[in-house]
Amino acid sequence: MSTVVPDTTTAGPAAVPAPARAPRPRRARVATGHDQRYRRGVGRWLVLAAAVLVALLMLSPFVIMLLNAFKSPAEYSQAGPLSIPKEVYLDGVQNFWTRTNFPQKLWNSVFISALVAVFGTLLSLLNAYAIGVGRIKGRLWIVTIFLVANMLPQEALIYPLFDMAQQVGLSNSQWSIIIIFTVIQSAFGTYLLASVLGTFPPALLEAAQLDGAGRWRILWQVVYPIVKPTLGVLMIFFFIWTWNEFFIPLVMLTTNDTQTIPIALASLQGDRMMDAPTTNAGALVSLIPALIFFLIFQRTLTRGVTAGAVK
Amino acid sequence: MPTRTDPATDQVPEATRAPEAADRRRRRPAWVPYLPYLLPGAVAFVVVIGYPFAMNVYYSLFKWRGGMAPMRWNGLGNYSDLMGDSAFWTSFQNSVAMILAMVVVPTLLGLVLAAVLFDYLGRRFGPRVAAFLRATYYLPQILPVAVAGVLWNWILNAQTGALNVTLRGLGLDNPPNWLGDPDIALPSVMLVLIWVQVGYPVVIFMSALQRVDPELYEAAELDGAGWWRRFQAITIPQIRPETFVVTLTCTVAALKVFGPIYVLTRGGPESSTLVPSYYSYLNFFDKSKVGYGAAIATVLTLVIIVVAVVILALQSRAERREQEGR
Repeated sequence: MSTVVPDTTTAGPAAVPAPARAPRPRRARVATGHDQRYRRGVGRWLVLAAAVLVALLMLSPFVIMLLNAFKSPAEYSQAGPLSIPKEVYLDGVQNFWTRTNFPQKLWNSVFISALVAVFGTLLSLLNAYAIGVGRIKGRLWIVTIFLVANMLPQEALIYPLFDMAQQVGLSNSQWSIIIIFTVIQSAFGTYLLASVLGTFPPALLEAAQLDGAGRWRILWQVVYPIVKPTLGVLMIFFFIWTWNEFFIPLVMLTTNDTQTIPIALASLQGDRMMDAPTTNAGALVSLIPALIFFLIFQRTLTRGVTAGAVK
Repeated sequence: MPTRTDPATDQVPEATRAPEAADRRRRRPAWVPYLPYLLPGAVAFVVVIGYPFAMNVYYSLFKWRGGMAPMRWNGLGNYSDLMGDSAFWTSFQNSVAMILAMVVVPTLLGLVLAAVLFDYLGRRFGPRVAAFLRATYYLPQILPVAVAGVLWNWILNAQTGALNVTLRGLGLDNPPNWLGDPDIALPSVMLVLIWVQVGYPVVIFMSALQRVDPELYEAAELDGAGWWRRFQAITIPQIRPETFVVTLTCTVAALKVFGPIYVLTRGGPESSTLVPSYYSYLNFFDKSKVGYGAAIATVLTLVIIVVAVVILALQSRAERREQEGR
């Protein structure tokens, strides 16, 4: 991208003939700034073109997917991946839909992610209340432990978790996934919320205490309403993260009827039936829920990513 | 945060509680009634993370085929086997490649893209253009990485994939086998990961730039500093905290990467894209070498923690140096 700078300077000489067309009085009005601004005027289109090119590169897999999800295998082998399908071929979508029993997979993903989002946020709030407002002794250690837990590779937990789930009769159960991710996500949520609640205005708490409110009531009537927006961001994040999780569901959910969307798609890989339209339609159908979710919550998400970064 | 911890640490040496003032005695147990709020979290944490992690370390000391098979004590045998296991070393070498693809390239690229979008295109074409471009960069981030991987797996398929069919259409008779050639598979995977990852730093850096005081730029502009000079002298130092956060989170993610490898190459061909997490998975569930897999996972955990501590230490040193500089 350092080419940006040479570009703007080389645009200078090329631009020289142009000012002649501009009426003299106008040039005088802009005074000294004019020349510099004009050079940028050409350069900025080059920069825009480069940024758009990057955007096209980023979008190209999706475009290819859209082009080939509704193209018959015959047309694919004849006209290739870059042609626009002549007629809409729906067998790929249908094939994927029935083979994975998609509505069930969708429900499984929604069910697991939604419950994790709710439980994880609740657990984070309780932990953070004790740490941030209660100022529990050793809280720095507790937060550090949660932070380290967040970095653990899931491989370092999976075999014992797998064993434990079998022992308590939760093997191949969505509840095992819900419990595991509630805790994993709340490790991050606690870390984030604790620092938010650590700066909670003490005056509010004292006022509530003077009014005779207990800790439980303060949590729900004073703290909760104020951190509600943050909790909303956390819930959306937990939902998406759990939705996108791959490793633990892959290991724990062993049969078709319990699996989530990403696992269902991945386990169809290498199947003889997975021709080009089925693969593309499968990817497309699997992406749509995440995409819809993204469009609905785009604003909250970008705000949340930021909040997480600045801590 | 640090300033707030001080009063708490003051309270710690409290063997002297009786002779001290009464208000001090009243203050001390103030946090105790909050303990019940931590209880559900603590229990859940021990059951789901603490105990399993300890058990994993315990398993790593045995030779065990899993399930009902007998566990044979092996001491540190699994770990010493790891040292002589070339696949293990390959997997960590590939982790370096993953860091390159998921941290170094996306951060550098993201920094430039964010600066260009925010401070160049955003000003000349309006914030909506910048926001739209940002959304396209960020799109791969919100999708399940396994789904994106399945799509890429098909695009890069040697026979029927979109890329090679197109290349053959252009008259290239023998296009590369992107994921099947041991020499090319790793770079191919890295390109896919860059594609997945680049949007994250762009979004973070763009919001970081909003924090920067515009007067700094105006002052520099008046002094005649060009875009590149301002980028170096203002943008990069101002958003250093975010750069550290991105580096830390992405490095941890790169060391843990599993899903993309699973759906793209399964570690192959010839272990050329093997990563520690996948190698551990392979030992657990494919080779039934549970103790060995547990040892790999434990080493991976240690590596992640060490790397994270190093990054955090570098961050606090940079912060300290900055404060001294002022």
